[in-house]
Amino acid sequence: MTTTAFLTDSTLCIGCKACEVACKEWNELGDDGHTWTGLSYDNTGAVGHSTWRHVKFVEAAPLLGFGGNAPDLASWTFSSDVCKHCEVAGCLEACPTGAIVRTEFGGVFVQPDVCNGCAYCVVSCPFGVVQKNSDDGRAFKCTFCYDRQKEGLQPACAKACPTESIKFGDIDELKLAAQVRVEELQSRGMQDAQLYDPTETSVKGLHAMFITRGDPKQYNLPPNPEVPTVYLESAWKSSALAAGVLVLGGLFAFLGSARR
Amino acid sequence: MSDPIMNLSNEYTPKGWKPRKEARLEEIKEQAKEFGTVEAKGVVPAGAPFPKASPETGYYGIPLLKQPQWKPEIPIYFFVGGASGAASVIGALAHWTGKDRQVARDARLVAAAGAIISSGLLISDLGRPSRFLNMLRMFKPQSPMSMGAWILAGFGTFSGAAATAQILSDRLGFGPFRILGNVAEGFSALFGLPFSNYTGVLIGATVIPVWNHNVRTLPFHFGMSGINAGVSILELMGNDSSPGLNRLGIISSAAETYEGIELEMKRDPVVNEPLKHGASGWITRMGGVLSGPVPLALRLAAEFTGKRRSRQLRQIAACSSIAGSLLTRIGWVRAGGVSAKDWRLPLEETKRPRVQKSQSREDYPHMRKIS
Repeated sequence: MTTTAFLTDSTLCIGCKACEVACKEWNELGDDGHTWTGLSYDNTGAVGHSTWRHVKFVEAAPLLGFGGNAPDLASWTFSSDVCKHCEVAGCLEACPTGAIVRTEFGGVFVQPDVCNGCAYCVVSCPFGVVQKNSDDGRAFKCTFCYDRQKEGLQPACAKACPTESIKFGDIDELKLAAQVRVEELQSRGMQDAQLYDPTETSVKGLHAMFITRGDPKQYNLPPNPEVPTVYLESAWKSSALAAGVLVLGGLFAFLGSARR
Repeated sequence: MSDPIMNLSNEYTPKGWKPRKEARLEEIKEQAKEFGTVEAKGVVPAGAPFPKASPETGYYGIPLLKQPQWKPEIPIYFFVGGASGAASVIGALAHWTGKDRQVARDARLVAAAGAIISSGLLISDLGRPSRFLNMLRMFKPQSPMSMGAWILAGFGTFSGAAATAQILSDRLGFGPFRILGNVAEGFSALFGLPFSNYTGVLIGATVIPVWNHNVRTLPFHFGMSGINAGVSILELMGNDSSPGLNRLGIISSAAETYEGIELEMKRDPVVNEPLKHGASGWITRMGGVLSGPVPLALRLAAEFTGKRRSRQLRQIAACSSIAGSLLTRIGWVRAGGVSAKDWRLPLEETKRPRVQKSQSREDYPHMRKIS
């Protein structure tokens, strides 16, 4: 089995939401409700338990060469967000039941028949992806279309994408393709084009990479995502200290006092 | 009466008609003709909401992280677990040092009751309570939630056994039960040690900024809070003249006082904001005062006063500590929710270097010049 990945290229995205619709329909996800964010033309806001693909509409000040046809119109870039399927995944490390597993395709998958809804993965995801559905009781996120991949099909979102903004394939090939694409964009004058794949952090890289223009922070992509296991050592040390104080303090308190 | 508007042409002066206000309407009309838009105080101005996404504001300030989705049972579980875990250790120490048999006996009951209540609270928090045994499907040292489940399982087993043996040997006076009870008490204390403070690890090792920022002190803080509550519950069960308990209470409330002072002195306002401001801040602070300086002063005073006054002081200290411990847990959990909503924190650049330095549009002044 090859390790597969997504490469989402925001420079090709037209914001059509085909991936959102395809994802919802294929995976039979629930209704998000009808709300207006009032923040931009994006009314979905973020990925969640019933939204596994989400097209971000990054609207910014007018700058020539950054999209838009006239300098007095806002520039738009779109980027389809998804679970990052981290190389070292916080949710997978945190899951106490073993419901969250790494599939043979390298994706991170929540087994719905094992999850007991403890919600610890929710506070362990550095990208804020996995969420508990309080009606259902279990946690949900992008499955990387594990069902389709097992049948040799590409994920629903990648299949539905009309501009090949969502590329799906072998991870090594896509990493190479990403480099080539970024270089090409930069040579064409889009010098702020870059690949978002934080391999230097404890996340150790993503199976869903993004080509963005401008600072990834405006796409809510964190500069330093950390897997919470990096905090374990100092946490258990502090726990040991507390245990030590309890034992020694207790011995001191009782031995030093008179028998009752 | 006829419609005043219909009567305007008939030189009828409608009620409330003022020449100046009428003139203002003309003014507005002129302004609209001249500028194509009219703005006034109190009216939301027209205009699309963009541009707003930027490296400074993130993605329109929409939170990047998800908020913790635990029910209100969880902070109560933190309190009960901390108190009962500490109580089992206190009881074992009181027993082994031979100083206080009554404390040892009561502690077994507190530990067992705490384990039962803790399990109930944890199970009711689950989205699928019927699957609570899935927690024991695997042993996963890198997951504090998995460790907690195993610690609770061990603690529940042995504290339950110790309490049962205690009750049986009291009723029957049967030797073997006493030995079994003592062995179980030992194991219960062994599990009670981590059980009294692991919840600090549980929330410290997460992506929630205010929790992981304080990960070095949180388990210790929760541990001391647990000792405070454990001592206090044992005291309120009639052990308010046990000198050992008061001394341990002095140690733990002194540690809590230190924790509180350290937290207040810290100069990192952004991350720790939820601990100082808003509802979560005030609950945390109230918890800190009630579990730190208040019981410390009362317990110190109790060391130097007469027997009767001393017991009264210790009872007040115990009530204050219990309330303080509960509020501390509620405050910290709420602070986590507030912290998760703060989009600024996960977007902060920290010391860790990145391969690709992020580039903002401002890095390309020549492009701005064109526009």
